[in-house]
Amino acid sequence: MNAEKAQAYWKENIRTILGLLVVWFIVSLGAGVLFINQLNAIEISGVKLGFWFAQQGSIYAFVILIFVYVYKMGKIDEKYGVSE
Amino acid sequence: MELQSLIYLFVGITFAIYIGIAIWAKAGSTKEFYVAGGGVPPVANGMATAADWMSAASFISLAGIIAFKGSDGGAYLMGWTGGYVLLAMLLAPYLRKFGKFTVPDFVGDRYYSDIARTVAVVAVIFISFTYVAGQMRGVGIVFSRFLQVDVNTGVMLGMGIVFIYSVLGGMKGITYTQVAQYVVMIFAFTVPAIFLSLQVTDTFLPQAGLFAQTAFEFNDGVRSIPEGTYLMHALDQAVNDLGFNNYTEPGSVFNMFMLTIVLMAGTAGLPHVIVRFFTVPTVKDARISAGWALVFIAIMYTTIASVAAFSRVNLIANVQNVDYKQFINGELKKADGSTNDGNWFKTWEQGGLLAWNDRNGDGKIQYANGAAFDGKPAFDGKKTAEDGHRLTTNGKGAPTEAELKANNGVANEIYVDRDIMVLANPEIANLPGWVIALMAAGGLAAALSTAAGLLLVISSSISHDLFGQVIFKDKATGKSTLTEKSELRLARGAAVVAILVAGYLGINPPGFVAQVVAFAFGLAAASFFPVIILGVFDKRMNKEGAIAGMSVGLTFTFVYIVYFVFMGGAKEDYLFGIAPTGIGTIGMIIHFVVAYFVSRATPPPPQEIQDLVENIRLPSGAGQALDH
Repeated sequence: MNAEKAQAYWKENIRTILGLLVVWFIVSLGAGVLFINQLNAIEISGVKLGFWFAQQGSIYAFVILIFVYVYKMGKIDEKYGVSE
Repeated sequence: MELQSLIYLFVGITFAIYIGIAIWAKAGSTKEFYVAGGGVPPVANGMATAADWMSAASFISLAGIIAFKGSDGGAYLMGWTGGYVLLAMLLAPYLRKFGKFTVPDFVGDRYYSDIARTVAVVAVIFISFTYVAGQMRGVGIVFSRFLQVDVNTGVMLGMGIVFIYSVLGGMKGITYTQVAQYVVMIFAFTVPAIFLSLQVTDTFLPQAGLFAQTAFEFNDGVRSIPEGTYLMHALDQAVNDLGFNNYTEPGSVFNMFMLTIVLMAGTAGLPHVIVRFFTVPTVKDARISAGWALVFIAIMYTTIASVAAFSRVNLIANVQNVDYKQFINGELKKADGSTNDGNWFKTWEQGGLLAWNDRNGDGKIQYANGAAFDGKPAFDGKKTAEDGHRLTTNGKGAPTEAELKANNGVANEIYVDRDIMVLANPEIANLPGWVIALMAAGGLAAALSTAAGLLLVISSSISHDLFGQVIFKDKATGKSTLTEKSELRLARGAAVVAILVAGYLGINPPGFVAQVVAFAFGLAAASFFPVIILGVFDKRMNKEGAIAGMSVGLTFTFVYIVYFVFMGGAKEDYLFGIAPTGIGTIGMIIHFVVAYFVSRATPPPPQEIQDLVENIRLPSGAGQALDH
């Protein structure tokens, strides 16, 4: 593989990771910590939303994030012919 | 069958399975010993990683911590799962492509320096030993409570079991044993959780139970909370009545932020977790494997919040204002007519993890905010009062006016160790005997699987990194002069020594096991997490930058924690008000900054290292990389 193509692959990899990490930050450190008090104003069946993100919601989001990452990277690997 | 025989049966069967697997999976080469031959399927590896990760602390203590801390406990739930996202995206695939055996391997090769390698080895050993001491203690607690042997015998039995499968099987034996241990552990955690959920909220799924309504009326000592109240409302009302902070209200947002980051980065930087991703066949498998690991972890972690809430409600509902003598003799009835059997109270009291001090002399137990003893209860030998409760020497006297006013007329009379919540839950809820036996087997699986993973990391750091790559390195060729056979023998020897040290720490635990965990995460976050990320994502990073970053980050974090936790530094002197548990976040930032500036002021790494980084970034060809 030539150097240019490797560069392009790496750039796309970084972009994918950054996008997903933004979501990662929002669902955990954002919703569950920084904005927990604001979100706690919303309540579903007795459970405050900020509290829920910190104790359950963020974990579901993490699982989804990793599988989205696996899927997206699989596509990129194929596009650049670097999958095994 | 009697409870005790059931426990022996469950624990016996699981132990037989673990040993059977170990014999089947005996390691024949160093590659099998260190990374299970690099051929573990991703789902199995995910399961093993989950078992490795979920320690005695997760299994035994976490729900208890959250039950008592409420909202702030979320930092642990987010931190110990969110780290896997970082691991999957920033570390695992590249480390797999790099394709060696250990974390110091990466640090030493990427930064072409034996100093960096040695710093890494020391950090690995220190972090892993602090962690393992807590595990052996966990084994001891479970053994002594459920098998009725004393804690020391319990620790030795645990050492014996770990010895068989880690020394014999190495990573291969450990990985397949951990798959079995995961299954045992997850049943042991979720089955009681389902029972509790049904009992407290009439809801099958514990995760959904959090949103449900209470299935019974209970009196919190101040008022009666009717059946059909939303669980979280009932809990907030009850703890509020008793003078505690609201369960769902966060404390310091800033400190929670720092703690969550440290736990996330620390999780991604812990050597025994990272090494897991060396064991799968391809880069793609490393990514998926992190996903599976998190799925298996999430099954337990999403139940924890509910278990915590259920157990706090159950505790208040079952002990508030009950007559001690009638309670422990099983003479009390709940509202629904079932027995409120206080035998568990008696048992844990015997173990010293629960104590009652009848401050108002009414013969009934009261539970509220505030301390019933000066510090932890000091028992007066084996002496008991007339009603059978253990006597203590440091109990507080009659309730004060101010205390009664603050807690709506209820003064606290009990001490409850947080570590007993999960283990006592099935008994508090009067669940069937086999559920309690399952719990015992699960607690042991959690502690043993983590201990084994840590011991392996310690032994491979010593035999492979220290002896193989530093001490016995041939200066001319840069290769180890040890033969495959002698390195394998060395690895097994190191595992034996590590087990003995861990056992010693389990029997004579340093008095600060809980604080020590903060240590492990802080140091991992300030050392391995940044050094590996920079090694992959910053091609210009050189050995000067890495060594400077690691040393400064580690030293800063180490000194801060030692000063404030062990040398009695005052709270007022905290840097920006950051608690020692969250300081690793600052250590990590310092590491990144120092490494950046030092590397830019010194010459770039040699061409071959830059080529190595290029190579790590591309997934293809990971298979042959291992056969160097």
